[in-house]
Amino acid sequence: MTMSTSSTSTTSVHKYGSRFGYRFNLVGIIGLAVILSWALVAVFAPLIIPYPVGEIADLDYFGPMSQDFWLGSDYLGRDMLSRILMGARYTVGISLAAVTIACFSGVVLGMIAAVAGGWLDTVLSRFLDALNSIPSKLFGLVVVAAVGSSIPVLILTLSVIYIPGAYRFSRALAVNINAMDFITVARIRGESTLYLIRSEILPNILGPVLADLGIRFVFIVLLLSGLSFLGLGVQPPYADWGALVRENIGGLPFGAPAVMFPSLAIASLTISVNLLIDNLPQKIRDRA
Amino acid sequence: MANLVEIRDLKVEATTDSGRRVEIIKGISLDIADGEIVALIGESGSGKTTIALTLMGYARPGCRVSGGSVSVAGKNMVRLSEKERARIRGTEVAYVPQSAAAAFNPAATIMDQVIEITRIHQLMSPDEARAKAVELFRALSLPEPETIGTRYPHQVSGGQLQRLSAAMALIGGPKLVIFDEPTTALDVTTQIEVLRAFKSVMKAGGIAGVYVSHDLAVVAQIADRIVVLKGGEMQETGTTQEILNNAKHPYTCELLDAFEPKPRGAAGPADPQPAPLLKINTLVAGYGPRQTDGLPLVRAVQHVSLEVEKGRNLGIIGESGCGKSTLARAIAGILPAVSGSIHFDGRELGRSARERSREQLREMQIVFQYADTALNPAKSVEDILDRPLAFYHSMRRSARSVRIDELLDMVRLPRNLRQRRPSELSGGQKQRVNFARALAAEPKLILCDEITSALDTVVAAAIIDLLKELQRELGLSYVFISHDLSTVQAICDEVVVMYAGEKVEQLAAAELASGAKHPYSKLLFASVPKLDTGWLDGLDQRPEMARAFSKAG
Repeated sequence: MTMSTSSTSTTSVHKYGSRFGYRFNLVGIIGLAVILSWALVAVFAPLIIPYPVGEIADLDYFGPMSQDFWLGSDYLGRDMLSRILMGARYTVGISLAAVTIACFSGVVLGMIAAVAGGWLDTVLSRFLDALNSIPSKLFGLVVVAAVGSSIPVLILTLSVIYIPGAYRFSRALAVNINAMDFITVARIRGESTLYLIRSEILPNILGPVLADLGIRFVFIVLLLSGLSFLGLGVQPPYADWGALVRENIGGLPFGAPAVMFPSLAIASLTISVNLLIDNLPQKIRDRA
Repeated sequence: MANLVEIRDLKVEATTDSGRRVEIIKGISLDIADGEIVALIGESGSGKTTIALTLMGYARPGCRVSGGSVSVAGKNMVRLSEKERARIRGTEVAYVPQSAAAAFNPAATIMDQVIEITRIHQLMSPDEARAKAVELFRALSLPEPETIGTRYPHQVSGGQLQRLSAAMALIGGPKLVIFDEPTTALDVTTQIEVLRAFKSVMKAGGIAGVYVSHDLAVVAQIADRIVVLKGGEMQETGTTQEILNNAKHPYTCELLDAFEPKPRGAAGPADPQPAPLLKINTLVAGYGPRQTDGLPLVRAVQHVSLEVEKGRNLGIIGESGCGKSTLARAIAGILPAVSGSIHFDGRELGRSARERSREQLREMQIVFQYADTALNPAKSVEDILDRPLAFYHSMRRSARSVRIDELLDMVRLPRNLRQRRPSELSGGQKQRVNFARALAAEPKLILCDEITSALDTVVAAAIIDLLKELQRELGLSYVFISHDLSTVQAICDEVVVMYAGEKVEQLAAAELASGAKHPYSKLLFASVPKLDTGWLDGLDQRPEMARAFSKAG
């Protein structure tokens, strides 16, 4: 690491994306592009869908791909393309909100526990370990069954499920940094805990934390899709991608595009997030 | 073939992360005769270990031999296949690493590891090998040679482990042994025994050796010939006597100069002060859970009292584990003392840093041994120096910027280093940044915890000079903690000797060797190698005494 930072900054413009001072490789660029396009779809979905989400447009059900229905139609004859584009709002939006909450709280708590140590660390760690011991699907099922399914409930449930993991991860990293002499120097300078975690620790664990955020996003997408598949996620007539798979599962024997494409959408999002975080620019990955 | 080892125009190149090729050894030629010990000496990065490793036909990952030849006993190690090299390693050429603790497998007994070479090369039966190992243990004057082999590596001391790794190297009956800084990590009192053991075994067996070191005084004791290296090139070569007494190359002279402590210009008799700057009274500090008597399980510092006058420097010296660093941490409030008091500038300080006011924290700064872990790798030099200015002095942005330039000037760093990150600085530069950060607080006292120990001799000498100069300009006081006697002598007025957590003796720096009364201080001062080839042989030191004071026996 000592050698690499000095050398990467001096050499080569031939790699992709070097204009921003970051060197991306092609696979990372592809991953990022897919994620960004899904994000754009989520934002602008109402403007680009050819048919309203709930409208039964096709006379046939499980219709094939055609000029009018690019991705075929679902079990009621609704346009699949419109439903997938709108589904992106739920899948990407809910997952993004949940992963942001989970990682922010987890990382902040983890760093505080590492810096403060003592009883605060013990209490936080044991509490979150206890939370971690509940199977995530079961926890989601119980909460949604108890308080009913709505978007805020889904977001909160998903983030609570993934806070312990983010906490454990960042605490482990922060404990290592906390043992370094520069933290001791800052401590005996009289710095506050807030300064320590913000300026001394966070910059040094940012790379792994970002990578972790990517993985956690994938997990949340999959769990959300799983919940929706069980009928506990987004409620009809709206549907996220997991719910779309479930609705149209009856089309599987016919090889209907209505069941293929939502699955492909989930796969494309999770795989490209993985590709992106595996190919993060060296400069970010080196931050640890 | 005349010589055992003939290196001809050796070139080694390394590939950097960006794919650039750098020549790190630039055409070295070297001969070693049978039974001759040649020392390779130079600062870190001079290529001394790289050269030594090519004798085994090995280049570290990323490096390769790009030219020249290395012949050992008539075989060119560069041209041989990996299989043929493996056959030579251990039987004709053997290696003693710097850190024996890291080289031994903690899960196997010492004997199994020592005779492993004979098993791999099928040199002799296990029973014969064990008998030979015991002979070697005896020759290396290890305690209980019959049974020490049944122990595990963590059950022997560092100095013993280093001798055991020599036994491991010698059991295959090599013609050439490579010693890679084998005593650098040891205390001076232990170093003597190890050196003496190495020397007697090598002389008795008529084995040739390559001794890699950065310490000229150590090398003077064991080597017949010295090769001085810098930047992958040979600077000077000659017999040990020639190099020590009649060095020609400027770099060699610099090395020799750095060794000679320039005694600190007498600060004059201490002016009668109303109160000392720092006064510590019967301080006790340690680690582990509190026992029933209210004291911690491990008491690293026991009832130490000392005083530091304003503008004068106090050295604290002792072997590793004697509690000197713990003392510094207790004074700084990093590790709160259990009992005793700390008075600073007339006021009593809280035992923990949290109980001290910001002003009290500002006036006492600490600089650590490992310069790289003491600097945040994610921040630029500018940001690192900026924080204490904003934190303690609440300066405006423009004033801070001016002050950062001044601080860089003070520690003799070029101003264009401001934007660099710590990983882009050399070890000496990093330590200067650390020092500048302490200076930014405008302290009255700086605790220096082994600040030169991780640096090369010449670089360390420059840092010491800087400390002295800053003291003259700013009227600072230092508490200087080190295990290296000559550094302490170079900068301190008074020296405290610590042993096993207790203050053994306090002496004026000028009369260290002559005035020592306590047997441990005498042993310690007598153990510091001198730039004299006959020093080790002429030393009339009873090993029992050294053993009595070494913790693991």
